[in-house]
Amino acid sequence: MNIHEYQAKQIFAKYGVPTPKGKIAHTVEEAVENAKELGGPIWVVKAQIHAGGRGLGGGVKLAKSLDEVRELADEILGMTLITHQTGPEGKLVQKVYIEDGADIQDELYLSVVLDRAAEMPIIMASTEGGMDIETVAEKTPEKIIKVQVDPSIGFQGFHGRELVFGLGITDKVQQKNMIDFAKKLYTLYMENDAEMIEINPLIRTGEGEFIALDGKMGFDDSALGRHPDIEAMRDLSEEDPDEREAGKYGLSYIALDGEIGCMVNGAGLAMGTMDTINYMGGTPANFLDVGGSANAETVAKGFEIILKNPNVKAIFVNIFGGIVRCDRIANGILEATKLVDVHVPVIVRLDGTNAPEAAEILKNANIKNVIPATDLADGAAKAVAAAKGEL
Amino acid sequence: MSILVNKDTKVIVQGFTGKEGSFHAEQCLDYGTNIVGGVTPNKGGQEHLGKPVFNTVKEAVDTTGATVSMIFVPPAFVADAVMEAADAGIELAVIITEGAPVRDMMYAKQYATKHNMKTIGPNCPGIITAEECKIGIMPGMIFKKGNVGLISKSGTLTYEGANQVVKEGYGITTAVGIGGDPIIGLSYKQILPMFEADPETEAIVMIGEIGGDLEIQAAKLIKEQITKPVVAFIAGQTAPKGKRMGHAGAIISGSAGTAKEKMEALEAAGVKVVVSPAEIGKAVAEVLAKK
Repeated sequence: MNIHEYQAKQIFAKYGVPTPKGKIAHTVEEAVENAKELGGPIWVVKAQIHAGGRGLGGGVKLAKSLDEVRELADEILGMTLITHQTGPEGKLVQKVYIEDGADIQDELYLSVVLDRAAEMPIIMASTEGGMDIETVAEKTPEKIIKVQVDPSIGFQGFHGRELVFGLGITDKVQQKNMIDFAKKLYTLYMENDAEMIEINPLIRTGEGEFIALDGKMGFDDSALGRHPDIEAMRDLSEEDPDEREAGKYGLSYIALDGEIGCMVNGAGLAMGTMDTINYMGGTPANFLDVGGSANAETVAKGFEIILKNPNVKAIFVNIFGGIVRCDRIANGILEATKLVDVHVPVIVRLDGTNAPEAAEILKNANIKNVIPATDLADGAAKAVAAAKGEL
Repeated sequence: MSILVNKDTKVIVQGFTGKEGSFHAEQCLDYGTNIVGGVTPNKGGQEHLGKPVFNTVKEAVDTTGATVSMIFVPPAFVADAVMEAADAGIELAVIITEGAPVRDMMYAKQYATKHNMKTIGPNCPGIITAEECKIGIMPGMIFKKGNVGLISKSGTLTYEGANQVVKEGYGITTAVGIGGDPIIGLSYKQILPMFEADPETEAIVMIGEIGGDLEIQAAKLIKEQITKPVVAFIAGQTAPKGKRMGHAGAIISGSAGTAKEKMEALEAAGVKVVVSPAEIGKAVAEVLAKK
């Protein structure tokens, strides 16, 4: 789960990580009120959406008067912000963060993520702040300092020294400030089960202080149960409504732009099914993993969500039953045809646990539009043909 | 022969009397797995599925001599269960549970390694040595005995791959589902050499997916150490970018984690890479016919 910049900064503040003063606003009036309270003389008006690249997209602007705050808040609130991370459809801005302007001497980069190979958190820092870090990693990898922190010993002095000397910080007070900053960030990463924290830019002020000018945080979904305060920060409007609806039923759904709807058990086979459709000359309309506890209700829901997409010309149900028993899926298909108008051909391949019983159930029900397939290749070929109207 | 487990392996089940634990333990017993007991706190002294229940893993190990544990406890208790198994001297823990917090696994895996306990999973279908020992949730009937070893991040692709191998007239020595979580136990790197050393295994199927760089590490190892033919499929060639991967996470493994990059690395290491999982069986038949 991801959160907004202003929420990340609330967490930072709780741990004593320095941030500029700021307040969130949902309306233009509120934005102006916030600016008055903050006092100025300069403010930054920042669109709050779950995507990077907001500045380049025109969602972050500097205001030098209250009138400008009003103007900019009016412009940004309600705009559809398009960045390299939002996709071409962009994201609607519903909140703006009004923040004190900062005295920027230079811009750094700092993040904490999981190093999957080392199986421990890694702190990454760079003097090349404010830039796309992937570009920095590609063009000048030597400018990225990486410090792994073994959780069994936690953040030690040497981790801090590796960071500050790597960043070329020579002033002793600044060294202490940066070490303190990074240590707090590591602590809040671990304590909150974060998946990643990224501060880009982290600025150094004229006085040599380090401040988180931006903040991005993502959390381990599996650990949200023990962090109700973070779960409460979830912004449902940032999530795809169909993905969310699917999630309520234990289905994992991601929309794509093709023509063949897919309903599969297991994430690997679901991706493999999409790959096979593609290989055979078709295009997948979605990723859908029905999970390990599929029943008639969840399968019917899956059909409903797939069929909401007007591009879908055929559906391929590909189930290899291990935990999911095929007879349950077969019953789900029967149920779905009663609840949802399945107006496209449905190619069904059921294999594994209770597959013969499932075949019997489908055969006896004799539903129109339901076409059985013998294996993955046969099913994908039939789905591709059906989508082209050739079946 | 086989790797890691066989008909003599003594297995206990942690989370033995729970709904999932019971259902799958019974299926494993039916398959012929030598389950010697289980652990559920406060149910020690009872009998379940005809096997003794213990309060602690230590007690279970002392009494039964079990060396492998199959873990079915709820996600929040996985780390505790893994560490308890390691502490009690278990040699291999197979963690089926899905949804264990990553931070917990960081600590649990470190502790397991310190105690020389191997782990498989979490979030995996388990391990099966065909017609001898099933420790997990896979449909046992599709794994006929044969000469192909299988390693996979995905549960259902394990079944798909094994089924095709069997339909081609071959069979499986051992199949290991290593799991799809960010932190997992045994991976390609450790399991490939085990298949290389196993005299019965003549070919290896390796199934990977997008994210992380375990498959890239495997490609390096195959080039240097593996002489047996390897067939590979990487799921997610058509997956959209950046759905689960955080921005900063992407730079850890370089430009990384795409199916294309993994497929190219494996091909360069001499692996027969298939574009669709529907081709796994045929590819195995082809590499075995060449031998």
